[in-house]
Amino acid sequence: MESCNCIEPQWPPDDLLMKYQYISDFFIALAYFSIPLELIYFVKKSAVFPYRWVLVQFGAFIVLCGATHLINLWTFTVHSRTVASVMTTAKVLTAAVSCITALMLVHIIPDLLSVKTRELFLKNKAAELDREMGLIRTQEETGRHVRMLTHEIRSTLDRHTILKTTLVELGRTLALEECALWMPTRTGLELQLSYTLRQQNPVGYTVPIHHPVINQVFSSNRAVKISPNCPVARLRPARKYMPGEVVAVRVPLLHLSNFHINDWPELSTKRYALMVLMLPSDSARQWHVHELELVEVVADQVAVALSHAAILEESMRARDLLMEQNVALDLARREAETAIRARNDFLAVMNHEMRTPMHAIIALSSLLQETELTPEQRLMVETILKSSNLLATLINDVLDLSRLEDGSLQLDLGTFNLYAVFREVLNLIKPIASVKKLHVSLNLAPDLPEYAVGDEKRLMQTILNIVGNAVKFSKEGSISIRAFVAKLDTLRDSKAPEFLPVLSDNHFYLRVQVKDSGSGINPLDIPKLFTKFAQNQSTGTRNSGGSGLGLAICKRFVNLMEGHIWIESEGLGKGCTAILIVKLGIPERVNESKLPYMPKMPANHGQTAFPGLKVLVMDENGVSRMVTKGLLLHLGCNVTMVGSSDECLRLVSHEHKVVFMDICVPGIDSYGITIRIHEKFTKRHERPLLVALTGNTDKVTKENCMRAGMDGLILKPVSLDKMRSVLTDLLEHRVFFEAI
Amino acid sequence: MDLVHLQRQLVDYRTSLYHEGFLDEQFTQLQSLQDENNPDFVVEVVSLFFEDSERLLNELSKALEQQIIDFKRMDAQVHQLKGSSSSIGAHRVQKLCIVFRNYCEAQNVEGCLKCLQQVKHEYGIIKTKLESMFQLEQQILNAGGSIPV
Repeated sequence: MESCNCIEPQWPPDDLLMKYQYISDFFIALAYFSIPLELIYFVKKSAVFPYRWVLVQFGAFIVLCGATHLINLWTFTVHSRTVASVMTTAKVLTAAVSCITALMLVHIIPDLLSVKTRELFLKNKAAELDREMGLIRTQEETGRHVRMLTHEIRSTLDRHTILKTTLVELGRTLALEECALWMPTRTGLELQLSYTLRQQNPVGYTVPIHHPVINQVFSSNRAVKISPNCPVARLRPARKYMPGEVVAVRVPLLHLSNFHINDWPELSTKRYALMVLMLPSDSARQWHVHELELVEVVADQVAVALSHAAILEESMRARDLLMEQNVALDLARREAETAIRARNDFLAVMNHEMRTPMHAIIALSSLLQETELTPEQRLMVETILKSSNLLATLINDVLDLSRLEDGSLQLDLGTFNLYAVFREVLNLIKPIASVKKLHVSLNLAPDLPEYAVGDEKRLMQTILNIVGNAVKFSKEGSISIRAFVAKLDTLRDSKAPEFLPVLSDNHFYLRVQVKDSGSGINPLDIPKLFTKFAQNQSTGTRNSGGSGLGLAICKRFVNLMEGHIWIESEGLGKGCTAILIVKLGIPERVNESKLPYMPKMPANHGQTAFPGLKVLVMDENGVSRMVTKGLLLHLGCNVTMVGSSDECLRLVSHEHKVVFMDICVPGIDSYGITIRIHEKFTKRHERPLLVALTGNTDKVTKENCMRAGMDGLILKPVSLDKMRSVLTDLLEHRVFFEAI
Repeated sequence: MDLVHLQRQLVDYRTSLYHEGFLDEQFTQLQSLQDENNPDFVVEVVSLFFEDSERLLNELSKALEQQIIDFKRMDAQVHQLKGSSSSIGAHRVQKLCIVFRNYCEAQNVEGCLKCLQQVKHEYGIIKTKLESMFQLEQQILNAGGSIPV
C-alpha cells in the first residue's frame, strides 16, 4: 500500500449526511459571497453611511467565511494535502478576521444605537413643534378675529351699533347659534334682554339680578360656562335636541366718574351687563379655551367702546347746552345794552330838557328876589327858589348817580382849604338848624391839615348831605361834627372788615363823625340806608323830602375817594352817628395859613402879579398912604413907605423899581424930589421909575410932571385893576401917563 | 340872632350906605384889598382915617377960633382930609372938603365955619355908620359865619 498525503474524511463520501453538508456548504458559500456584494451595492447607493472600513472588514469576514465553506466542498472526498492546507489557511484567516470584527463590533454597536435614539428624539420634537404650531395658528386666528371685531366695534360711537356689531361679529366668528346681551335696568335690580343676534326685536324680558349664576358670572372676569337651563340662557324656544353649550361673560359698564387716572385698570363700577353665547345645538362642539379668551377680550373691548360712546354723548350734550346758553346770554346782553342805551338817551334828554327850564326858573326867581317885594311876595319867591334848587339838585343827583354807576365819574382833584369846607358846611346848615332850634357844633382836631388834595366840591357835598340828614332827622337837641385825622387803630376798628386802609406818606385819612340826637335808626335798617331810592319809612316823616339818593351818592363818592362811610345807631329814638373816612392827599408845598398883617414878604395867592417888586410910596396923608400900600401889597409888591421928601430921598435906592409920589400935597416939592432923584441915579437903568399920584385932573400938572422928568402919572382914586395894568404897562414901556 | 338874618342885615346896611351916598366905590376897592393876608385891612384903614380926621377936625376948629386965620395951613389940612376921605371912599365928607377948600381959597370965614360944621356932622354920621357896620361884621364872625361880599 502506498501511503498518500490525501486526507480522508471521517465519513464515507457517499453518505447521505455528507451530501446534505456538501449542498449546505455550497449554498452558504454562495450566500456569503452574495451578501458583501449586496452590501457594497447598497453602501454605494447611500452616501451617509459613516463606517466604510467597518463594512470592508465585515465584507472581508464574510468573503473569507464564504471561501472557507467553498473550500469545504472539496474536503468531502478524498482530497490532497494542498487542498487541506488551503482550507486551513482559509479557516485561520477567517478566524482572525472574525475575531477582529467581533472586537470591533463592541465599539460600533453603541454608536449605532445612539443614532437611533437621536432619531427618535428628533421625531418627538418634530411632533411637539407641530402641535405648538397648531396652537399658535389658532391663537393668531383668534387675534385676528378679535382685531376685526374690535375694529368693527370701535368704528362707531353709537351705542346701539356697537352692541349690535359685537353680537353679529361674535356670532360669525364663533359660529354661534345665539348671542344675547342683558343690560341692567335703571333700578339695578333686574337684567333686561336688550339685544339678540337672531331675534330682531327682543321683548322686554327681564330676569332678577340676584341669581346665583349671574352673581358667579359677575364676580369673575372670565367667561364662565353656564347651564343652558339658566334663565338667562333660555333664549331659544325649547328644542328637542340637546342645546349647545352656553357661556356667559360680564361686560363692565363704565361711567364717566370711573375714569380716575390712578386706578384705571380697576373697575370700581358695580354695573355689569351680561353677554350670553350659545353654541349650535346638536353639534358636538365644545368651548375651546381660545374661544373663551376671545369672548373675554371682546367683552373688555365692548366695555371700553361703550364708555367712549357715553363720554361722547355727554360732551355733545354739554356742548349743545353751552351753545344754548351762549345764545341766551347773547340775547340778554343785547337786551341789556338796549336798555342801557335807552336809559342813557333818556338821561341825556332829561338832563338837557329839564335843566333848561329849571335854569330859567332859578335865574328869574333869583332876579325877582333882588327887586322890591312885599314880605309875602318875598316869602313866595324864596319858596319857589328853594323848591327849584331842590329840583335842580335832584336832577344833578340822578345824573351823577348814573354817571357814578357807569364808572364815568372822576374826581376833580385839587388843593383846597379843608377848614373852609367845614366852615362852609356849617354856614349852610346853621340857618336850618337854628330854625329847628338845633345846636350845631364843629370840632376840628388841631392836627388836621389845613390844606388837602382831593375833590372839594364832592367832599363838601358828601359832608353836607350827612349833616343835612342829621339835621333833617332830628327834631331837637344838638348836632356835633368832629373831624380829625384817622390813625391806624381807629381805622381798623371800623365796622367794615372789607375796608383795608393803606397809609402812605403823602396821604392821610380824614375821619368825620356827625352825631345827632334825633330819631335814630333801627339797626336792622342800617344796611338798606345806602341803597338807592330806599327811604326809611318807619320814621313816618314823609314830608322830609329828598329822593333817597343822597346817601347812595355819598357812598359812591366816598368809594371813589377810597374811603368808607357807615352809620351807627343804637336804635329808634337814640340818635345816630354817621362816620365817614376818606383818603385825601397832602399838598406838596404846605401853604402858609393866616399870616399876620405885617409888611414883610407875604406869599400872596392868586393875585401875585408882581412878586417882590420893590416899590417906594411917598404920601404925607397916612390914610391914603395906607390904602396905596394895601393896593400894592395885594399885588405882591414889597412896599416901603415914607411920609416926607427927605425920608424918600434917604431911603430910595436902586433896588426900588418904582417910586409912587403923591404930588397933590402942597408943601411938598415933588418936582424937586424928582430932579434930585435923577441926580442921584445917573445911570438910567439904576433909577427907579417915578410915578405921580394925583387927584388933579388938569393938563398943567401933567405937563409939569413930564417936564420934571417923571415917568408916569396916575389919577386918584386908583382901583386894583388900574394899578395892576399901570404897573404892567410901566414895567414894559417904562413910561405911563394916564390920559387926562 | 340868626346868622342868615345878620348877613342879610349887613348886606342891606351896606347897600343903603352906598345908595345914600355915604360910601362910594373906593370903599369897595378897599374891601377887595382885604384877603386872608390882610384880614383886618379895612378896619385898620378906617380906624386910621378916624384918628386922622379927628385930629384934623380939631386943628381946623382951633385954627378957625384964632384971631388970624392961617388959610393956607387950613387949606393944607382940608386937603389932607379930602385925601383921606377920598381914599376911604367917604363920599360926602370928600365933597364937603372940596367946598371947604373953595371957601379957604376965597378966605371966607363964615363959609369955612359953616363948612366945618357940616364936615364934622358928616364925619360923625359916617363914623357911626361905619362903626355899626363893623359891629355887625363882628357879630357875624362870632356866630361862625363869613362876611358876605
